[in-house]
Amino acid sequence: MTHDEQVPSRPQESGDHQPRRRLATGDLARISVFAALIAVLGLPGGISVLGNTVPITLQTFGVMLAGAVLGARRGALAVAVLLVLVAAGLPLLAGGRGGLGVFTGPSAGFLIGWLPGAAVVGWIAGSGGRTPGFARLLVACLAGGIGVIYLLGVPVQAALTGLPLVKAGALSSVFLPGDLAKAVLASVVASGVFRAYPAAGGEQPVAAKGRR
Amino acid sequence: MTGLTGAYVPGRSPLHRLGAGVKLLALALSCTALVLLSSPVALGGAAAVVVLLYAVSGVGWAAGWAQVRPVRWFAVALFAVQALSAGPPVAVTSTLRMVLAVALAGLVTLTTRTAAMMACLERCLAPARFVGLDPFRLSLLLSLTVRSVPVVSGLATRVREAQRARGVEWSMRAFAVPLLISVLRHADTLGEALRTRGLDD
Repeated sequence: MTHDEQVPSRPQESGDHQPRRRLATGDLARISVFAALIAVLGLPGGISVLGNTVPITLQTFGVMLAGAVLGARRGALAVAVLLVLVAAGLPLLAGGRGGLGVFTGPSAGFLIGWLPGAAVVGWIAGSGGRTPGFARLLVACLAGGIGVIYLLGVPVQAALTGLPLVKAGALSSVFLPGDLAKAVLASVVASGVFRAYPAAGGEQPVAAKGRR
Repeated sequence: MTGLTGAYVPGRSPLHRLGAGVKLLALALSCTALVLLSSPVALGGAAAVVVLLYAVSGVGWAAGWAQVRPVRWFAVALFAVQALSAGPPVAVTSTLRMVLAVALAGLVTLTTRTAAMMACLERCLAPARFVGLDPFRLSLLLSLTVRSVPVVSGLATRVREAQRARGVEWSMRAFAVPLLISVLRHADTLGEALRTRGLDD
């Protein structure tokens, strides 16, 4: 705890806008807990809409929330951590899927699309004022959580299956209504979270002081 | 939801003994080869090779089916669409190619311990240190996540019970907002705990 140790690189602790060389410890915790949240949202029985009659996977909802609440960099990292664990063989995707098969299967592009998807959600949500309102969050979730993910998912599916792009798009459009509902829900929930937990937007100021 | 286990099937076959990195590389190469193969005969040969590999590995057909099962309906739809629009030969090749890629990837997962694959991926991700994730933090991040799954799952159950008690069972908002707040609170407590234990430098 000498003086020259404390002076450099500490003042820029609070923002996400500046690429830091190292992830703060609080960021590590948030990233891993959100990665776990995305996994839990895919658990059977973990969440069900209308009792248990309509099983819906809420994992893309979790991806949108990770981007909106954690910001672009940490949101994308949370998705990356989840995907690494899935690749290692853990059954963390909806329906207990996991392993390398999901990365060579027809929806591989959608899965990979979660990464830039979460980043774009976070980027749009964070590009305005301190706390994004519902409208900005909705735009973010629609553009990042649906636009980016489909933009990657549909062409990859077309390439893997040999289907024409339009046909692959038509096959995927079945999921569009559900994804639209998830985007609206994610925006409502994220703005509710920002209101109820003001520290949600970033590392709390306490963290900058309370080290060591 | 306490014991998170992968799909690994223990065994002593040559496939089990190969290193995780070698298998990953072989998988990437063979998936590329699958894309390049275009005649039904060639893909039929590839299918025979995959079946042979499964037989050698000794993981059992049920385990193999469990890997391919998630794409079964997609395979049927793909076959139907392709058969109608591009003819039966194309339908056979494209469906076979997709199923074989999934089966091969599944075989790697079935014959590799989750821990070995995780170690291999961690090594592959070493360049992540340029975005602030040195190898130690990376493996801490991965193991924290595995540990957090049951915790978050428990939080979700608690929120659901509270929701039932409040009589707002149908509201997704009444579920997700409290869940997210308790998740954030847990994360911040966890961060605080890590910091207290000197995990800052």
